[in-house]
Amino acid sequence: MIAAIVRWLDERLHLDGLIAPLRHKTVPTHRLSYWYFFGGITLFLFIIQVLTGILLLLYYRPGANEAFESVQYIMTRVQFGWLIRSIHSWSANLMIFTAFVHMFSVTFLKAYRKPRELTWVTGMLLLFLVMGFGFSGYLLPWNTLAFFATKVGTEIAGQVPIIGRPMMIFLRGGEEVTGATLTRFFGFHVAVLPLIVVILIAIHLFLVQLQGMSVPPKVEAEWTANPSARREMKFLPNFLLRELMAWYVAIGVLAALAAIFPWGLGVKADPFVSAPAGIKPEWYFLFMFQTLKLIPSKVWFIDGEVLGVLGCTLAGLFWLLLPFFESDKPARTRAWITGLSIFALVYVVGMSIYGFLAN
Amino acid sequence: MCPEQTPQPQTTRRHAIEIFLGGGLLASLASFLYPVLRYFVPPAVVDLGGDEVVAAKLGDLKPNSGKIFRFGSRPGLLILNSDGAYRALSATCTHLGCTVQYRPDLREIWCACHNGTYDLNGRNVSGPPPRPLDVFDVHVRGDEIVVNRKREA
Repeated sequence: MIAAIVRWLDERLHLDGLIAPLRHKTVPTHRLSYWYFFGGITLFLFIIQVLTGILLLLYYRPGANEAFESVQYIMTRVQFGWLIRSIHSWSANLMIFTAFVHMFSVTFLKAYRKPRELTWVTGMLLLFLVMGFGFSGYLLPWNTLAFFATKVGTEIAGQVPIIGRPMMIFLRGGEEVTGATLTRFFGFHVAVLPLIVVILIAIHLFLVQLQGMSVPPKVEAEWTANPSARREMKFLPNFLLRELMAWYVAIGVLAALAAIFPWGLGVKADPFVSAPAGIKPEWYFLFMFQTLKLIPSKVWFIDGEVLGVLGCTLAGLFWLLLPFFESDKPARTRAWITGLSIFALVYVVGMSIYGFLAN
Repeated sequence: MCPEQTPQPQTTRRHAIEIFLGGGLLASLASFLYPVLRYFVPPAVVDLGGDEVVAAKLGDLKPNSGKIFRFGSRPGLLILNSDGAYRALSATCTHLGCTVQYRPDLREIWCACHNGTYDLNGRNVSGPPPRPLDVFDVHVRGDEIVVNRKREA
């Protein structure tokens, strides 16, 4: 029966031709191969986000008077609502984590080298957008922590010279963080960002498919010296089955976290209460938060905030364009970029831990 | 088509058509984009709060405590000193806009977001705040505590 359907489709669509590139695709096998899995795991978690996000949309109502109550309704009245929402929150956090792991693995394995600059650029844009997903989604339950996080976050955007203030008003939908902000963030979170991200993922995957997997320079050098050491595995089915196993592990971890540590809801946002003690942004913004905290309020004649925001923007821009600073000769990778990558990793991890422990 | 004719007039004619077509295209694009850009900007909200608000009733506050009240669309902070004097200030931190609170243990105004402090006159004492808090006038009318924006001198 199934064979008949496949044959029917094949006669019309030439399925063999469509998957032929995948049949020819191979994945280099070496001691660092396991880093190749993290991009796929990030993609898998994104798929989970789309699916659970659609489920949440069945009951969620945006608006300052309804949002908190509707999430409460999902978590207390809807069957398995707590699980769906918990999975959405946990998967979001894990996805940002695996996206960062993927980014740093690509940095250290120098997989961004020519001809893969555009893969890196689309990947970095995706990382920024994923953080945008985190920031906009965080507000949607309309609780106190989210309210102040959004207030501070948009205020920071407002510190950028010249375009800052119009940008802040655009994000907030007015001078203050209100129900209008919630409506906008909802629109960004469920319509604008998904559209852009899906297009970028398509380009990113197309480029990976077109150019194949990168081999780290060291391994490449060993293989050039000793061609018989070169190992490859077929993408279909060998690598794909391994990737599916990784996805299975990911969903196990995700379900365990979501069920054992259900995501809390907090207290409904009220614009007329004080910010609660011990308030902090989500962990993936902590390293920037802590950086801003350490800059004095005035450096020479520039406001500390402005300096911090400009510094972070420039660092992000530099990181986006990283491949263009690398040598395009495979054998001559630039050591200072490796040094800088180590510094970046230590800085991000160190500042995050510091921000987590600091009062 | 006359073979002896120079290509000059033709190119200028083509050039003119290109300018008209391109200009028309750009103009229609601008006419699409302009309303969209204007649509992005939210309409200004009329602040109906006025310059005066009843922040609390007499007896609402214990000495050495504070309370957030609503002043138009923004929060204000009303403090009753331990010596029985009322003070009212803007509760919006001048750093990144969080809502500050009165700390009875420190007898200071504190912002939880980035650990900024102000004294009871609103002066930024420590932490990241770059400017003092706005101070409002307070007076008691009957059993109501009324807060006014300071008149610009």
